[in-house]
Amino acid sequence: MKAAAFAYARATSVVNALELLAAHGDKAKVLSGGQSLMPAMNLRLLSPDLLVDIGGLAELQGVAVKGGTLVIGALTRHVDLLRSAEVALHAPLLREAAAHIAHPAIRNRGTLGGSLAHADPASELPACIAVLDATIVVRAPSGERRIAATEFFKGIYETALLPQELLVAVEMPARGKGSAFFFQEYARRHGDYAIAGLAARATIDDGRFSDLRLGFFAVGDRPLLAAAASKLTNVSVTPTVLADAAATLVDELDPQGDQQASPAMRRHLAQVLLRRCVAALLARPDLETGAAQ
Amino acid sequence: MIAPMPVSLLINGEPMDAVVLPRLSLADFLRENLKLTGTHVGCEHGVCGACTIRVDGEIVRSCLMLAVQAHGASIETIEGLSDSGEVADLQAAFRQRNALQCGYCTPGMLITAQDLLKQSPVPDRAAIRQHLSGNYCRCTGYQAIVDAVEATAKARAGRSA
Ligand SMILES: Cc1cc2nc3c(=O)[nH]c(=O)nc-3n(C[C@H](O)[C@H](O)[C@H](O)COP(=O)(O)OP(=O)(O)OC[C@H]3O[C@@H](n4cnc5c(N)ncnc54)[C@H](O)[C@@H]3O)c2cc1C
Ligand code: FES
Ligand code: FES
Repeated sequence: MKAAAFAYARATSVVNALELLAAHGDKAKVLSGGQSLMPAMNLRLLSPDLLVDIGGLAELQGVAVKGGTLVIGALTRHVDLLRSAEVALHAPLLREAAAHIAHPAIRNRGTLGGSLAHADPASELPACIAVLDATIVVRAPSGERRIAATEFFKGIYETALLPQELLVAVEMPARGKGSAFFFQEYARRHGDYAIAGLAARATIDDGRFSDLRLGFFAVGDRPLLAAAASKLTNVSVTPTVLADAAATLVDELDPQGDQQASPAMRRHLAQVLLRRCVAALLARPDLETGAAQ
Repeated sequence: MIAPMPVSLLINGEPMDAVVLPRLSLADFLRENLKLTGTHVGCEHGVCGACTIRVDGEIVRSCLMLAVQAHGASIETIEGLSDSGEVADLQAAFRQRNALQCGYCTPGMLITAQDLLKQSPVPDRAAIRQHLSGNYCRCTGYQAIVDAVEATAKARAGRSA
């Protein structure tokens, strides 16, 4: 189908975009890469009166390290995450995740800001930025506010963003090589939205996790930072410890069923991902099979 | 304004001015206004890949881009790639290997395959499948398409060696 009629404004600056959003309230929609908004409009799930196209705003582009912080502009495209040297050094998790997002033609236009604002629970990037302790920088006519990634996602397609606000950047600690990462997802075909996925960051000392953040996606209404991680931290991980953590994980999850997978299948896959992640990060292949139930 | 807006862009190297409604997709602009019907429209939500074109040298879905967003951009369609001879060998390999039947997916397949071959001259079959993963073909079963892309890659590598 085709989108219903709408008016279009090419924003000339962030300030101009904010003025347009303030003037039109929730009848306006921000247009970044259009890779989620245009499908929704073509399917007539959405029909805004006005599109505010921020796609040309240089202010929202670019990846930079400032002090100890990695700053990624909202308009950074998925393909830019794949190519950026700063991302490869300080947040390789984002690079790994971006390779799983859709297909090349979509990665050439889809943006980080758009993916976070869209907040599809099956998306890779929201879980990654929660795992990376990121802060989301949001601009309103009244000024800027910073929202912790863990506070930003409120439900399916729901975030802490207000209609008159613009997501301008994402900031996270620039870690260099201090952390280990794991990323894996199940999808029926490369590039499809995940059926279940896990993004993780760990600090490992002497074969133990001194810090572990497990970000599951597609298994709830928003990315889940699993409390099960605490069962694996500062202990020597045995098959029993891992089985206990997997049981905790199952209790935390509240997955939806859809045509791709039942809630039971998603719970199962999340446990498999947990075992694979721990085995891979600790370089203990025995744990992947050893803890199987 | 919901009213038509002016756009200036390059289409296959030719400068062009037009006045279009904001809701007009780039795919429909190419097909309906410019009669460049090699760009096909299947799903109109980014899933099938039939509408794949090049914008400023990068492949994109023309069903998910508005004509007004293409203001100032350089657009290349299958007609451009075909007329310039850029994909002549790929087209010949598709024909030879029966990598097309109805041809609906073919323009998108060719543009996407050419994009891969520019970035990675001798991709293996897994890399070819991955790059083409966003392009549906309902006829061939993909095997012959992967064969044609692989054969073209090898032939090009041989020529440049
Ligand atoms: C076939 C297909 C497969 C896909 N597969 C995946 C996948 O596997 N994983 C995945 O994560 N994504 C997938 N996507 C979606 C893709 O990643 C999108 O790029 C992303 O979800 C949205 O980014 P965008 O820049 O295109 O945003 P847009 O589509 O432009 O906008 C999306 C929403 O966010 C709002 N918005 C955008 N930018 C801002 C901003 N700066 N401030 C405030 N609000 C803003 C818009 O108003 C809109 O509501 C897929 C898309 C397609 C078409
Ligand atoms: S018509 Fe554009 S992807 Fe199907
Ligand atoms: S040849 Fe018919 S869809 Fe591919």
